[in-house]
Amino acid sequence: MAMAIRIRVLLLFLFFLSLSHLTFSLYQDQVGLMDWHQQYIGKVKHAVFHTQKAGRKRVVVSTEENVIASLDLRRGEIFWRHVLGSNDTVNELDIALGKYVITLSSGGKYLRAWNLPDGQMIWESFLPGSTASRSILSIPTNLKVGKDDLILAYGSGSLYAVSSIDGEVLWTKDLASEGIDVQQLIHRHGSNIIYALGFIGSSHFATFEINAKNGELLKHDKVRFTGGFCGDISFLKSDTAVALDSTRSSLVSVRFRDGEISIEQVHISDLLLDSSGVAAILPYKLIEMVAVKVKEFIIFVKLTNEGKFVVVDQIDHTAIISDSLSILEDQQAIALIQHGDNKIQLTVKLVSDWSNHLIKETIYMDCQRGLAQRIFLNNYVRTDRSSGFRALIVMEDHSLLLVQQGEIVWSREDGLASIVEVTTSELPLEKDSVSVATVEHSLLEWLKGHVLKLKGTLMLANPDDIAAIQKLRVQSSEKSKMTRDHNGFRKLIIVLTRAGKLFALHTGDGQIVWSVLLNSLRKSQTCEAPNVLTLHQWQVPHHHALDENPSILVLGRCGPNLDSPGVYSIVDAYTGKELNSVGPFHSIVQIIPLPHTDSREQRLHLLIDKDWHAHLYPRSPEALAIFQREVGNIYWYSVEADNGILRGHAAKENCILQLPDEYCFGTRNLWSIVFPSESERIIATATRKLNEAVHTQAKVVADQDVMYKYISKNLLFIATVAPQAAGDIGSVTPDESWLVVYLVDTITGRILHRMTHYGSQGPVHAVVSENWVVYHYFNLRAHRYEMSVIEIYDQSRADNKDVLKLVLGKHNLTSAISAYTRTEVVTKQQSYFFSHSVKAISTTSTAKGITSKQLLIGTVGDQVLALDKRFLDPRRTLNPTQAEKEEGIIPLTDSLPIIPQSYVTHALKVEGLRGIVTVPAKLESTTLVFAHGVDLFFTRLAPSKTYDSLTEDFSYALLLITIVALVVAIFVTWILSERKELQEKWR
Amino acid sequence: MVVLLRRRRRGLGLGLGRGLLPFVSLICLCFLLPPALAVASGNGDGYTINGRVKIPGASSLGFALPAKTSNVKVILNGGQEVTFLRPDGYFSFHNVPAGTHLIEVAAIGYFFSPVRVDVSARNPGKVQAALTETRKGLSELVLEPLREEQYYEIKEPFSIMSVVKSPMGLMLGFMVLVMFVMPKLVENMDTEEMKRAQEEMRNQGVPSFSSLLSGGQRSN
Repeated sequence: MAMAIRIRVLLLFLFFLSLSHLTFSLYQDQVGLMDWHQQYIGKVKHAVFHTQKAGRKRVVVSTEENVIASLDLRRGEIFWRHVLGSNDTVNELDIALGKYVITLSSGGKYLRAWNLPDGQMIWESFLPGSTASRSILSIPTNLKVGKDDLILAYGSGSLYAVSSIDGEVLWTKDLASEGIDVQQLIHRHGSNIIYALGFIGSSHFATFEINAKNGELLKHDKVRFTGGFCGDISFLKSDTAVALDSTRSSLVSVRFRDGEISIEQVHISDLLLDSSGVAAILPYKLIEMVAVKVKEFIIFVKLTNEGKFVVVDQIDHTAIISDSLSILEDQQAIALIQHGDNKIQLTVKLVSDWSNHLIKETIYMDCQRGLAQRIFLNNYVRTDRSSGFRALIVMEDHSLLLVQQGEIVWSREDGLASIVEVTTSELPLEKDSVSVATVEHSLLEWLKGHVLKLKGTLMLANPDDIAAIQKLRVQSSEKSKMTRDHNGFRKLIIVLTRAGKLFALHTGDGQIVWSVLLNSLRKSQTCEAPNVLTLHQWQVPHHHALDENPSILVLGRCGPNLDSPGVYSIVDAYTGKELNSVGPFHSIVQIIPLPHTDSREQRLHLLIDKDWHAHLYPRSPEALAIFQREVGNIYWYSVEADNGILRGHAAKENCILQLPDEYCFGTRNLWSIVFPSESERIIATATRKLNEAVHTQAKVVADQDVMYKYISKNLLFIATVAPQAAGDIGSVTPDESWLVVYLVDTITGRILHRMTHYGSQGPVHAVVSENWVVYHYFNLRAHRYEMSVIEIYDQSRADNKDVLKLVLGKHNLTSAISAYTRTEVVTKQQSYFFSHSVKAISTTSTAKGITSKQLLIGTVGDQVLALDKRFLDPRRTLNPTQAEKEEGIIPLTDSLPIIPQSYVTHALKVEGLRGIVTVPAKLESTTLVFAHGVDLFFTRLAPSKTYDSLTEDFSYALLLITIVALVVAIFVTWILSERKELQEKWR
Repeated sequence: MVVLLRRRRRGLGLGLGRGLLPFVSLICLCFLLPPALAVASGNGDGYTINGRVKIPGASSLGFALPAKTSNVKVILNGGQEVTFLRPDGYFSFHNVPAGTHLIEVAAIGYFFSPVRVDVSARNPGKVQAALTETRKGLSELVLEPLREEQYYEIKEPFSIMSVVKSPMGLMLGFMVLVMFVMPKLVENMDTEEMKRAQEEMRNQGVPSFSSLLSGGQRSN
């Protein structure tokens, strides 16, 4: 008997041994199995082609996400890419010597050279200066000082000549002190003189001649124009410019030849018959021509040799023009894009021969891409020695297209680099039944796959098999099906981009299921500068309205200010159809999703405008009835970070407006917390996710004791710092800096907990979940980052542990819970060092909240680290008792461990990381993680391992073999025992 | 720990900017020190921090992450400024005000400790640098990874133990155990008990494997 027990113990031990694998980790061949990664660059603002020499043709671009990238011109793939700092905006981009990419960024402060083939930075030059000015980069051909080819950069009011070999600043010339606002640098081929042209004040045009060898000012001229300049100028040739006068009604031609400047003025009304209104010179770099926007038209104006203006053409103002491109024999070509329904017309013309066109192509365009916004033209020589053209087009949704011979060669959805907000939606249910043939077929496939896998585990597979196994695993057709799955792994991630486009991405492989450019968020007569705000789940049918599709509410604002009118759209989450679009209407300051839904499962939302009126949506009598029934229970809070005020609000009776509106409600202020502005400034707030599931309120601690978590949906974490410490690290000493954190109940305004960290400062990143808050900040005394955890427990229930009381019914477990009760709480807190800066912080969320939690930390290196919440447990001590160890308490260490295997992004980077979103799967052990920035990354996580399902690499074949072996063994032993028995009987 | 130095290694003979003139006297001193140290120089409104990132050559671990400097970023104060490495591993931050700053290196495959850099206002040109993880002072601003990071579990080669440890292996193992060990146990019984057991077995009629097993256990 004892033997049997011993065996059982041994077995159990072995079993647990096989499970005792703690960290999240991935084998290298599991990459791409559950995760996908997409790389983007953002909206392109500069593009330089590099196609002259043989080899790989490429285009170098810089974008509004501060990305510099080299793209393959054949397929649009990224050769290399760099994401500059968030305030290091790229101003100019060019290619020098055919091998360096030169960028001028941060308003002309940084000049960098990158190696064209591999993107390695070759040199970096800092161009100091304090005057703000426009930045100009000019790479003259064949201008040498000694052996160095010169690069001219104008920024911060100074002109710099930089060696292209090593970035050495050869000479500097401060031009701002001369009073000139430089508009253009011109170098004539073969000479040693650089011309800096610009305005002095608003009424003078000046030319400065500078010696290219040493930066010496050779000569300067200026001429006064009585009408004054408005600032728009375009340079036609190396000696002619066209500017607009200060009334924007006449064109001024400026000629500067042989040290003489002559000015001539022509009224636009003389050129164009009906031209009342203001004109603007479009900032295209055209040669021998200028494009002027007058009212609804763009006119092309040429200057004849006699100095007369001639209008060459007049087109619609929505047309997009490329910079001019010099092609064979000193000809200048210009591309134009004109818009039509679902198509664009691309025309390439020669400046010298405007009546004819080189190409005229109509390209059919998905209307969800909107209008073209920029075009970059490039030419190539065809086999018959004529010129062919390709054009790179940037669309309204920030996508990038390459067009050649009337076809879209490739396109990139670079709008996805600027995601504003993320939500998820379920996929449709599977409806059609599965036929027997497919089952048989898939069974065979399934078996084949498993046999292959078994071969892999037994190391019997040859390289072909291994490749087949990898392919099977990554391209599992199950993964990208368009229907809901049993485990809830397949969902739609719905993202809203800054361009006002909504994308639905499939969680299986990241494919775009649908995308829609929202009409309400497009520029129109009524909405001049649309601005996307956020998106919410509008309708999530699960009980009553199963036959309806879920839908998404997208909110926007017509302008940059809080008081600009708002707009909204409702979009079907399955098809991407815009169901409803409304606006512009009242301003939107705050959006409050209410915990109530109507009979169609539409969620009630309150939109608060700038006058503190609450507007109820959807505008239906039913919603109104629900709202009026619940109005006494509806509270919200607002944070005025600038004034340092936290307020609590409730709705009251209908508001008084000129037009009666029964969906508009007045609000009353319930409480407010004013932070002293001289000592505290709000820098961060965090709340619990509304839909977070908590499994149990009780927490059993080591000595059979119970603690009750304080679980409230109304918990707000708020962090303030000393005003002088609100800047960056390094700007303040520890003594004058402090960080105060508060936990506030947003119903009553009660401060549940307050804690001051002296000598600490922001930035603060915080996450609130269940009954805890974790926040990250900088400790100036230790000069390290720290993470702190606060856990908050409900003390009023602590005495319910007495069994006798429970038996006698003297407990308060059945008493009603009110958000108004002043619950007695205790908090526990602990701090730890953490190595990295943090860009975003989030926590895993599962369907029922049973699975233990992990923190997801977006580090400064754009990776996402999963850190077990157990490391941030305020009950950690240096020497935990045996009981505490059994409970899973880790001995206290001063810093949090960074285990490389627990990076969920493994060896990938989510460049420009901005946010991490987690969504529970149906399977309790699993959570879906989506990290977004310039790149997108998605994966599945199981914080406590997949305890409720077999792992992906579970070998069914081995199981089958074992069963067969067991059956065979039973028969063999049976036969043996039969035979033995027979022998026994014969004996 | 404290280093006095000039502006930039190759900017030596040339770029004596406005703010640099007071340091001409220091330049002779600079020649005596190895190049590329932690450097700060006054330049009107700010100082320049120069440093170097050194990544040991070939990765001893197998995975295909070349120690390419083009993918390394150096970050000042948690993102205030971001710069890249030159081919020789040098980097610089310009226009940094006096104070205590933090430099981080982001390189896939390596763990770098953040570095605390003190730029002194009273004593221009003095720089103190220390690793915040180990509190080790740096005499020169040469940043080396503390360790390499291996993001993937290393697949253990196929072994009998892994099969044995799997649930199926355990089932098989248990079976084998019962098949071979149990009869041994039966053998070890004293003869009288054995006889009794055999008698019992005969009485039961069908002496199958299972009854043998249960008999053995009972007698144990």
